[in-house]
Amino acid sequence: MGSRDFNPTPLSNAAGAQQHDVDVLVIGGGPAGTWAAISAAARGARVLLADKGYCGTSGATAPSGTGVWYVDPQGTRREEAKASRYDLGGRLAEQAWMDRVLDQTWANMQQLAEWGYPFPVGEDGEQRRTSLQGPEYMRLMRKRAKEAGVRILDHSPALELLVDEEGTVCGATGQHRQTLEPWVVRAGAVVIATGGCAFLSRALGCNVLTGDGHLMAAEVGADFSGMEFSNAYGLSAAFASVTKSLFYQWASFYYEDGGVIEGAGSAFGRSLIAKTLQTQRVFARLDKADDQIKAWMRAAQPNFFLPFDRNGLDPFTQRFPVTLRLEGTVRGTGGLRIAGQDCATSVPGLYAAGDAATRELICGAFTGGGSHNAAWALSSGFWAGAGAAGFARSNGHRASRAVLRAGGAGLQGTGSERTDNEALIQAVQAEVFPYERNWFRRGDVLQDSLSRLDALWARLRQAAPADRQQAVRAREAAALLAHSRWMYRSALARKETRGMHRRQEHGTADPSQRHRLLSGGLDEIWVSREAVA
Amino acid sequence: MIELISASRCTGCNICVTACPTNVFDAVPGGPPVVARQGDCQTCFMCELYCPEDALFVAPSADQPVQVSEEALRQGALLGSYRKAVGWGRGRTSTASGDFSYHLLQRA
Repeated sequence: MGSRDFNPTPLSNAAGAQQHDVDVLVIGGGPAGTWAAISAAARGARVLLADKGYCGTSGATAPSGTGVWYVDPQGTRREEAKASRYDLGGRLAEQAWMDRVLDQTWANMQQLAEWGYPFPVGEDGEQRRTSLQGPEYMRLMRKRAKEAGVRILDHSPALELLVDEEGTVCGATGQHRQTLEPWVVRAGAVVIATGGCAFLSRALGCNVLTGDGHLMAAEVGADFSGMEFSNAYGLSAAFASVTKSLFYQWASFYYEDGGVIEGAGSAFGRSLIAKTLQTQRVFARLDKADDQIKAWMRAAQPNFFLPFDRNGLDPFTQRFPVTLRLEGTVRGTGGLRIAGQDCATSVPGLYAAGDAATRELICGAFTGGGSHNAAWALSSGFWAGAGAAGFARSNGHRASRAVLRAGGAGLQGTGSERTDNEALIQAVQAEVFPYERNWFRRGDVLQDSLSRLDALWARLRQAAPADRQQAVRAREAAALLAHSRWMYRSALARKETRGMHRRQEHGTADPSQRHRLLSGGLDEIWVSREAVA
Repeated sequence: MIELISASRCTGCNICVTACPTNVFDAVPGGPPVVARQGDCQTCFMCELYCPEDALFVAPSADQPVQVSEEALRQGALLGSYRKAVGWGRGRTSTASGDFSYHLLQRA
């Protein structure tokens, strides 16, 4: 645990045309990253935020709409809110973390209101702050980050972390996606806010989310928690990207011949949909929505209707085919292990926020996305930014220290043959997309997948480094592959069904396994247990 | 996936080249950008929201390209329809203030 998994090479002075020196580097510009950047800047840190795409449109939130776990502290509402998901999450959440996230979310949503987010107003004249529209929210967050003095580098994926000789994280390197110009950021601390990993499944906004931060963090020895809770699938029209499961609460599901699939549903009947999809097409129609619900839906989520309107389909009266797109750890709960209240990881100088970090602390083994994840993003981002700013200040910024590159797979390698990144991505997808492998898991099938995934990793580590044109893609492919192996190794170790993790041969929860599973490593993956507080 | 950059509407401002989170467009000096990497499009519709001229169209088909006709899209008032729906653009008000998700979350 905590051992580094790379052969560090010194960073040469000529490493990047673009050089930056800051207190805090935030990697990722979604909700968690922007909250982290603003929070660090508010503590006086010089902050740079590097986004792989464009901060404001990047990530799962920007193109979507999201509920927020925003609960009034008055009366018994918070107790009810905590209790309502506790069993669903396999009793792995922790009361103290739920309390502090609810408190911080309450404060941050107040902050958003003061910044001018146009919350709807109810009949009583009070703002309703239980949801956010992605485009508006993220446009505002970009603006506030810039006003706070945060320097934003768009289209600037990070490729690897930098560490000093003691293993403390002190920056990152990357390249501009459009100019291919390399960049180097030296920083007193780094926040990983790169989101979860959805394996390029084309779920809404998720194709930037390839787990790059997980790979970089693992290379410097960070560990993970809950990687078995990584098989969230979002419901969408089969032809479309819009995975908006909430509205399917008002749907009926049908076989191709028009017969109703009894028991199928968005929330509790999704397993039946996954099962049916293994052998035949499944259709949906939002025929349980009355006129009032329909009107609210249109106003609440304009993007939900784009695929239908643009195909001349009326989802309330016509049946349309549906699919389940893998959303992996974006709407799963596993991610980088949080080692302290300031969202420090197990590696000095490295912090984690949002979907890149485990969300088990507040929702255990299950989340439907939105709601808890949104609350976690704005809370953990806020804490990670503050934590990183504090670390940078107290640890000093030692410009003289030796700086080492930590990147491995895809960047280093002694072989002569280059990896076919697209073929590698497809090979990983073939192991993680199928419902019969990942929705319904079984020990021998997991082993079967792992034998191929481990072989792919061994081959990747032997391959020649990617050239500059292919470096970003190579790291994405490596990150997907690493992610699949932490997922399935953890899934194999949890011999029970808990939350979203379903084992066919162990169909119920085993009280003796009410613990978290930590994991880590790259060439050798380890899994161990951690007690729930 | 992104299917159309209307040459008659595009002013070459290249905002889409900047705003696309998956770097689908390439700028072209003196002209409209091109869709250089359509396969990387994640069908998130964000480019449409950021295009001030309503010159872009993202077809809902997420996994494969489809044919579109600019004339038909114009007639169907589909160019810029999403931007209008969220209330972005000059003289419009964001429809986020009419987000009735709170009603739906209560009923769900």
